[in-house]
Amino acid sequence: MSSVATLHGADVHGGHDSHHEHHHHETFISKYVFSQDHKMIARQFLITGIIWAIIGGLFSVVFRFQLGYPDSTFPWLEDIFGHWAAGGKLKPEFYYALVTMHGTILVFFVLTAGLSGTFANFLIPLQIGARDMASPFLNMLSYWFFFLASVIMFSSLFVQTGPASGGWTIYPPLSALGDASSGSKIGMDLWLVSMAMFIVSSLLGGLNYITTILNMRTKGMSMTRMPLTVWSLFFTAVLGVLSFPVLLSGAILLLFDRNLGTSFYLSDIVIAGKILPNEGGSAILFQHLFWFLGHPEVYIILLPAMGMSSEILATNSRKPIFGYMAMVGSLFAIAILAFLVWAHHMFVTGLNPFLGSFFVLLTLLIAVPSAIKVFNWLTTLWRGNIRFTPGMLFAIGFVSLFISGGLTGIFLGNSALDLHLHDTYFVVAHFHIVMGVASFFGMFAGVYHWFPKMFGRYLNNTMAYIHFWVTIIGAYLIFWPMHYEGLAGMPRRYYDFANWESFKMFGGLNEFISLVAMIVFAVQLLFVFNFFYSIFKGRKVTSTNPWGSNTLEWTTPIKPGHGNWPGEIPEVYRGAYDYAKDGKEFIPQNVPVGADETSH
Amino acid sequence: MSAVAMEQRKRIHPHKFTLWLGIGSIVMMFAGLTSAYIVKRNQANWISFELPVVFWYSTAVIFASSITLYLAGRSFSGREMARYRLLISVTVLLGVLFLVLQGIGFQQLWAKGITLQASVSYSFLYVIVGLHAAHVIGGIIALIVLFAGAFSKKSRNYNKVPVELTGTYWHFVDLLWIYLLVFLLMIR
Repeated sequence: MSSVATLHGADVHGGHDSHHEHHHHETFISKYVFSQDHKMIARQFLITGIIWAIIGGLFSVVFRFQLGYPDSTFPWLEDIFGHWAAGGKLKPEFYYALVTMHGTILVFFVLTAGLSGTFANFLIPLQIGARDMASPFLNMLSYWFFFLASVIMFSSLFVQTGPASGGWTIYPPLSALGDASSGSKIGMDLWLVSMAMFIVSSLLGGLNYITTILNMRTKGMSMTRMPLTVWSLFFTAVLGVLSFPVLLSGAILLLFDRNLGTSFYLSDIVIAGKILPNEGGSAILFQHLFWFLGHPEVYIILLPAMGMSSEILATNSRKPIFGYMAMVGSLFAIAILAFLVWAHHMFVTGLNPFLGSFFVLLTLLIAVPSAIKVFNWLTTLWRGNIRFTPGMLFAIGFVSLFISGGLTGIFLGNSALDLHLHDTYFVVAHFHIVMGVASFFGMFAGVYHWFPKMFGRYLNNTMAYIHFWVTIIGAYLIFWPMHYEGLAGMPRRYYDFANWESFKMFGGLNEFISLVAMIVFAVQLLFVFNFFYSIFKGRKVTSTNPWGSNTLEWTTPIKPGHGNWPGEIPEVYRGAYDYAKDGKEFIPQNVPVGADETSH
Repeated sequence: MSAVAMEQRKRIHPHKFTLWLGIGSIVMMFAGLTSAYIVKRNQANWISFELPVVFWYSTAVIFASSITLYLAGRSFSGREMARYRLLISVTVLLGVLFLVLQGIGFQQLWAKGITLQASVSYSFLYVIVGLHAAHVIGGIIALIVLFAGAFSKKSRNYNKVPVELTGTYWHFVDLLWIYLLVFLLMIR
């Protein structure tokens, strides 16, 4: 056993009383609203994330009406959206606002805050054996900054000129000049303010997660015994802490351009025949700063899903994860490479082709750790004693989607191919599968797997199976055809393709995609119903360890209080993946190593 | 901080560790700005500028404030509270003086026609120096909290952590300024 494992052993004991102390003066406000309990903060993140997911998902359904039925009118759209859908047809400005907000909401509010915020908060202290985060107060602030960001972003949906509509990447000049479009006005200001709050929230959260993981592990929990969920959340937090400040610096320069007349990103611009005085700036500069965050952001979204899937796959295959150290190493490699590939989003910006070739090489290198992970997931499943719980199905679905979406990343990472594929539906298909849907599957897997720990009840299985099968089939039916549209050159972001003879042939396909999108969205509402119904009416959990899992969260009471363990924090004697070992189905981490057993 | 988390403290205080991470995060923000600056400088139409002499005075002032804060920390450890109060007061004054000198520097630049909007290079100068000043304001707020604590009749708890945290952060903004000054002198 390494000495690292026993760093704070002396402090762990003698803390029995604090668990009880914390039940003393709890009011509704301190328990459910301004809670400092990491488990309650996790639930707050999750429920806020679900609300955002419904809004963001709904937006995609609405703009799919335009893409699927460009020649039809739907009078009820006008009833709901008023002048934004005059005559039952979405206005182009509204279409762009919907696309922008769909991206912003899903990338930041759902798959960053909703995913990391929920599971980092919930799992880190429980799985490393800590009573709470390093700073519960900063943790609470992290949620409330996110809440503030949410309120501001939500309010931007209702301003007269509409929300931001220059794309979730807010490229200047659309984002820098108030007169550029209706979505460049107050909607854009609110977007920037909201994102500033969001960045603060992410940083407070991330600093706390890293500090907690490095400093507050229980006795015996060496780094190499940590569950892969904790490893993945650790690398996610590191990525966030290092990349969000760069986005902030880019956004500060943008704010100066917007409001103080500077020209960091602006040069030689004519709006409606009027020549602007801005000179000397470069819009490309913003893209560099944005994608220096933007690419790590992809992994901020993806890594937690990888970690949770690894944990769920091993638990439900009743087998050790294959190649634990290789899994950690590949997470590390992905985290490093995440910072070195941003310019592959910019191959068509006039980037020096020689420079581009380095970014091609580094981008394609990501395939190596990714392939290691996929290989290890498959070998973990191989000849396992698989239990197809809903969580397990979604974890397997994650692996499937990660393979399908990852392969098209190799196409796009080649600058020569990217010249053709850039800004087509091929890109839309690629990132929706590998980042969007795959991470959603990781999140669903996590919710189904840890729901019993979060709420002391199970989700309904029948609804869960319907949810899984419709979602995975639907996701492929939506995004697979987009690859063909993209290969044919169909550009993304366009409101209407009526002027292109060559894209007319995709009319039927677009209608089909829109129909499937509506069905898939409806099934997500079934999940939402299942979620809220089961919190109150679900089948009660009767054993502390319903999945027969090794990790420490299942050593707590069915409904753990603030402080997590009523007595002493359990000591850890082994890694998290001792399944099917020495004739035992599973050996939890807090079981001492027997004399006849090899230590892990 | 709650007893729940206190119980598990290890060698390094979690707040100190968090501060170091936060410093890493601030470094990334300035790295983003200064690399954007370098990229921009290598393009056409970059206009060079001279830094005002007063920035050298402000450098001396913030460097001196780091020394007084270091000495204040040592007095605090040695329980020489009268000396600690004096040194912390001097540090607060030097911190405020630094900000005033930076403001004078901005005024002098502006008077010479180096205004925020006149050229991208000038805009960068204002944003980088201004953002550093914003971080100094944060440090001064922390110093004022220490200052108030030092003279308060109520608090008699001996807790070294806030002094150490403020010290670390203050030395960081000091070093950051020296780095930025050298950067702006070398590359302009």
